[in-house]
Amino acid sequence: MKILVAVKRVVDFNVRIQVKADGSGVASDGVKMSMNPFDEIAVEEALRLKEAGKAEEVIAITIGPKASQEQLRTALAMGADRAIHVETDEDIQPLTAARILNAIIDKEEPKIVMLGKQAIDDDNNQTAQMLAALANWPQATFASQLEVDGDVANVTREVDAGLETIAVDLPAVISADLRLNEPRYVKLPDIMKAKRKPIDTFTLADLGVEAAASVKVLKTSAPATRQAGIKVETVDELVVALKERGLF
Amino acid sequence: MTKVLIIAEHDGKHINGSTARAVTCAQGLSAESVEIAVFAAEGTALAEQAATLSGVTKVLLIENPANEHALAAVLAPQIEVLASEYSHVLAPSTTFGKDLTPRIAAHLGVPQISDIMRVESPRIFDRPIYAGNAIVTVEAPAGIVVATVRTASFSEAETTGSATIEKREVNIELPSHTRFVKLETSGGGDRPDLQAATKVVSGGRGVGSKDNFNVIYSLADKLGAAVGASRAAVDAGFIPNDHQVGQTGKIIAPELYMAFGISGAIQHLAGIKDAGTIVAINKDPDAPIFEVADFGLVGDLFEIIPELEKALA
Ligand SMILES: Cc1cc2nc3c(=O)[nH]c(=O)nc-3n(C[C@H](O)[C@H](O)[C@H](O)COP(=O)(O)OP(=O)(O)OC[C@H]3O[C@@H](n4cnc5c(N)ncnc54)[C@H](O)[C@@H]3O)c2cc1C
Repeated sequence: MKILVAVKRVVDFNVRIQVKADGSGVASDGVKMSMNPFDEIAVEEALRLKEAGKAEEVIAITIGPKASQEQLRTALAMGADRAIHVETDEDIQPLTAARILNAIIDKEEPKIVMLGKQAIDDDNNQTAQMLAALANWPQATFASQLEVDGDVANVTREVDAGLETIAVDLPAVISADLRLNEPRYVKLPDIMKAKRKPIDTFTLADLGVEAAASVKVLKTSAPATRQAGIKVETVDELVVALKERGLF
Repeated sequence: MTKVLIIAEHDGKHINGSTARAVTCAQGLSAESVEIAVFAAEGTALAEQAATLSGVTKVLLIENPANEHALAAVLAPQIEVLASEYSHVLAPSTTFGKDLTPRIAAHLGVPQISDIMRVESPRIFDRPIYAGNAIVTVEAPAGIVVATVRTASFSEAETTGSATIEKREVNIELPSHTRFVKLETSGGGDRPDLQAATKVVSGGRGVGSKDNFNVIYSLADKLGAAVGASRAAVDAGFIPNDHQVGQTGKIIAPELYMAFGISGAIQHLAGIKDAGTIVAINKDPDAPIFEVADFGLVGDLFEIIPELEKALA
């Protein structure tokens, strides 16, 4: 079976982002870009399924500008067999991303599509669920454990109440949470090897996908900041301060 | 005409407080009607609870054995059938709502808005991006508005209402490809729920071990507080996942948040921005948590907690 795993190029999680003064967005010039951390976990899980003999091929896919091929190279260096780049300079929102992935499902017929549960730029947490709806497949979101047993996946999900386990018939869409695994580090020889792995490129038009109506961003602003308070020297001082506020 | 449908979150016995927060958000839409849909196997008691939420005009009860557990793939097609009567479909931005709502939106062919934190008009909202380090004002395109509500941004609606309850049947074939197996809760005992608590005592990697977390529980119990944790503490197995606070954990707004041995990574701070008073105890005077703390105390948590308990005794 094939596993399709979707990765997104985002501002690295260690960057402290800056909102542009004119409200037009977040400064991105010269900012370090990386693979969305949740997607890295999704890639790792796909590779582990392949290494366990449960899958034959892992295909990484990204949607984005030319530069997002860097993230595909990372996925290939981690061990993905080949990659698909759906190239566009437009801002692609989750519903359109789901349409694109659905078109690729028709082409590649994977048994599992893995995605990160959310991208840490827009924090939307939507694409996996939307893809599952469009494909009419089951979804198992926020996965922290995955067992594939023939045509069924047993997925443990991180939910507010604790850990929920569901069984889904394959094909299915699965979104990765943080504790699903710890992604491997890529080694230099793998990066070299990845350069020879194929990347197929498509446009939305090639795939016959029309962008969905989008949510319009009117402005971007900096959040209300919390003022740093005071440092107290002793527990007694702290207790007095909290008592004054009726909190202790 | 603004007609809102809110999808209730519940555990089979109780309507979750996050539903009452979504009701408060809906009240900001100047809606003509605010209705709640309760999907359950047997839901009369749940519907009665939902009917008490102030501002709710009607409760729809959709009973079906298939609705016993909240499976997005089972609920979304039923909501799609109901949705045509509404201008807005809302759910709380909890794991329940995050799982379900995008699936509804995709069925309806519209984009979804995640984590509404402020309503400017029935189609214009503020929402956080980059772990809350930027706020975008967004406008939904024409068509039904499908959104999740950031629960920490809205208080719970009062329970002085008495909406009518209407049973509905949704006669469509439901998928059997997704099956509930089990739910393991960490069983916080009698401790308050993290998302509803007015006080939260939280521990990070600095607590050091699962056993050491007993000092956190002990202080929490003396304060009547819920217990939270950083991702590092959960990853290390000190405490179960449902205690994680932050960008990818729970977003909370208690009156008092006490962080012990938590450095204050942006992903953690994303979960506590709306807290009333933040107290940080950390042995590193340069820990970033002090930049947002109302009261900071540099020191060893294992010395400070016993002293705090003494002050409470
Ligand atoms: C995509 C992504 C999502 C994430 N989501 C979340 C999230 O939702 N929530 C979250 O919390 N994190 C999240 N993180 C992780 C986050 O970046 C940090 O790694 C994490 O919050 C660190 O946890 P910590 O503060 O407990 O540990 P550390 O950063 O290791 O800090 C431990 C602190 O304890 C102090 N300390 C040690 N011993 C003592 C003592 N005896 N007394 C007092 N102080 C002591 C130290 O000085 C230090 O400041 C996420 C990361 C990524 C990449």
